Amino acid sequence: MSIPHLEILAIAVVTAAGCSLVGVFLMLRRMAMLSDAISHAILPGIVVAFFFTHDLASPWLMIAAVLTGLLTVVLVETLTRTRRLKEDAAMGLIFPALFSLGIVLITRYAGDIHLDVDAVLLGELAFAPFDRFVVGGADLGPRHLWVMGGVTLLNLLAVTVFFKELKLATFDAGLAASLGLAPAAIHYGLMALVSVTAVGAFDAVGLILVVALMVGPAAAAYLLTDRLGLLLVLAALLGAVAAGLGFALALWLDASIAGGIAVGVGLVFLVVFLVAPGRGFVAVVLRRRRQRWDFAQVMLAIHLIQHEGGPDEDDESRVEHLHGKHVGWTPAFTARVVGGAEKRGLVELDAGRLRLTDPGREAAGRALSGTGS
Amino acid sequence: MSTETPAVRVTDLTVAYGELPVLWDIDMDVPAGKLMAIMGPNGAGKTTLIKAILGLVPPAAGRVEIHGGLYRDQRHLVGYVPQRGSVDWDFPTTVLDVVMMGRYGALGWFKRPGKRERDQALTALDKVGMADFRARQISQLSGGQQQRVFLARALVQDAQVYFMDEPFQGVDARTELAIVDLLKELRTLGRTVIVVHHDLQTVRDYFDWITLLNVRRIAGGPVDEVFTSENLKLAYGGRVEFLQRQAPCDPPPDAPDLGSYPGRIRP
Repeated sequence: MSIPHLEILAIAVVTAAGCSLVGVFLMLRRMAMLSDAISHAILPGIVVAFFFTHDLASPWLMIAAVLTGLLTVVLVETLTRTRRLKEDAAMGLIFPALFSLGIVLITRYAGDIHLDVDAVLLGELAFAPFDRFVVGGADLGPRHLWVMGGVTLLNLLAVTVFFKELKLATFDAGLAASLGLAPAAIHYGLMALVSVTAVGAFDAVGLILVVALMVGPAAAAYLLTDRLGLLLVLAALLGAVAAGLGFALALWLDASIAGGIAVGVGLVFLVVFLVAPGRGFVAVVLRRRRQRWDFAQVMLAIHLIQHEGGPDEDDESRVEHLHGKHVGWTPAFTARVVGGAEKRGLVELDAGRLRLTDPGREAAGRALSGTGS
Repeated sequence: MSTETPAVRVTDLTVAYGELPVLWDIDMDVPAGKLMAIMGPNGAGKTTLIKAILGLVPPAAGRVEIHGGLYRDQRHLVGYVPQRGSVDWDFPTTVLDVVMMGRYGALGWFKRPGKRERDQALTALDKVGMADFRARQISQLSGGQQQRVFLARALVQDAQVYFMDEPFQGVDARTELAIVDLLKELRTLGRTVIVVHHDLQTVRDYFDWITLLNVRRIAGGPVDEVFTSENLKLAYGGRVEFLQRQAPCDPPPDAPDLGSYPGRIRP
């Protein structure tokens, strides 16, 4: 891999980790789509600040973008508070309005400069190595790496220092407020971080990827752990893996790098969704199947115990009876249930008659008394 | 008693959502060491009253004092148990961690909970009979267990005044009695406990003080004096199917639905 490739990879990995960290809290607050809203709505702020500074690297762009991001949140909350429309609808009204304002400003007044619509939406990672951070004539590496490195460090610092405050404000804002831990300040602080992250990331990787990186890794990590701290670490790691995977994919297919990384995020989520222990698709299907057999075996035991010692015991305990008109199982299903119950030691087969064992009687008793099997 | 500083003093508290008043000019004194029920029909403003006292909803007017001082200065004296349904039980955290959250206020900003907080949380979990569940993810708890965890979290706050929003909501009878025992124990220790309550049947057994609410404060004081059919009629309106002398274990034969409160109130 060439040096520029390594630089692009480093930018992608650092950006992914930074986006994932704030993404976790957006997801837990059920605000995942706010990443979409904020990352788009900051555009007019960036454009207006650019008109004043004529410098894409100016820190004023960052400040203007953060202010616009917070403005978006405030506008959405104000609209929602009127109770005339729900939050998702308010978001759907506010951010396209602001975003399109930014687009209009770019196409009308900034058509000949670096800020163009494609770059804003999809990023231009491939060109990132050309944009150098030069201090006093010395080349210190790609500018985006420095910007995103700083943003990611800021996010890391914020979630570490305010870990307990973020956790409580997210889990139980009411308690946080009553304890004086200012959940509203935490809320807007988080929104400011999301805005900073979005503005730092957008001209490196584009807006679409900002959204993908804030939502995907967090959602995948959520399937892997019950601990918030570990969730943050896993989200950052999965984000980095997705970035690396997506970059390799883009090189291999000679395709858009941002597009490749977005696909990488999707793939990582898909794999985790399928194979996550306990909560993954495969684990759930296997558990359901096992429960189905367990249930059928217990049902068998209950059937036998109901007729145990009764006048019809001999008839009711015949294996054929189970797939007859009474219980209504298919012969194949019966064979598997009886086989499984035998193996578990719940029943014994004796001349075509099923007899409950003591463990079988206990299992049926437990199920009937409602404490589970 | 008038010479003693009340645990909670609410003066002229009005809360409105827009133009709609939810609480009108509430005056309420709660003496220290009482176990008080806040009762009233749906929409009476019970939860709003608690939230306004705790500063969670902004009042349009009025004043709240906790043990003689403003709420923001006396925060450390106050414990809060929100409604169980107000939080996301799928949140990635454990029982022990949730209980430790009760110490966050005392810890203040930045400081992380440590061994001391852990021990306090374990003691509280033991008290509510949930010590064996300390490592459980909170989504794996039943409703009653969730409520016990919330209670343990309030206990570690080690407050003088507790506000609890429907702690008996959706818990089984055994848990309800366990919670009541704990609340009475808190009272024995001189703490004040204020509970949003629904079940008219159990008021006499559980509480010694009551405030009846229906947007305005209808009545308040010792249960023996205030919990009368006239006051209940004023608070709930219409006919309240509750006879004061009726013992809870001796229901009238014509009341079929004694398991839940709506059966006892007929508008």
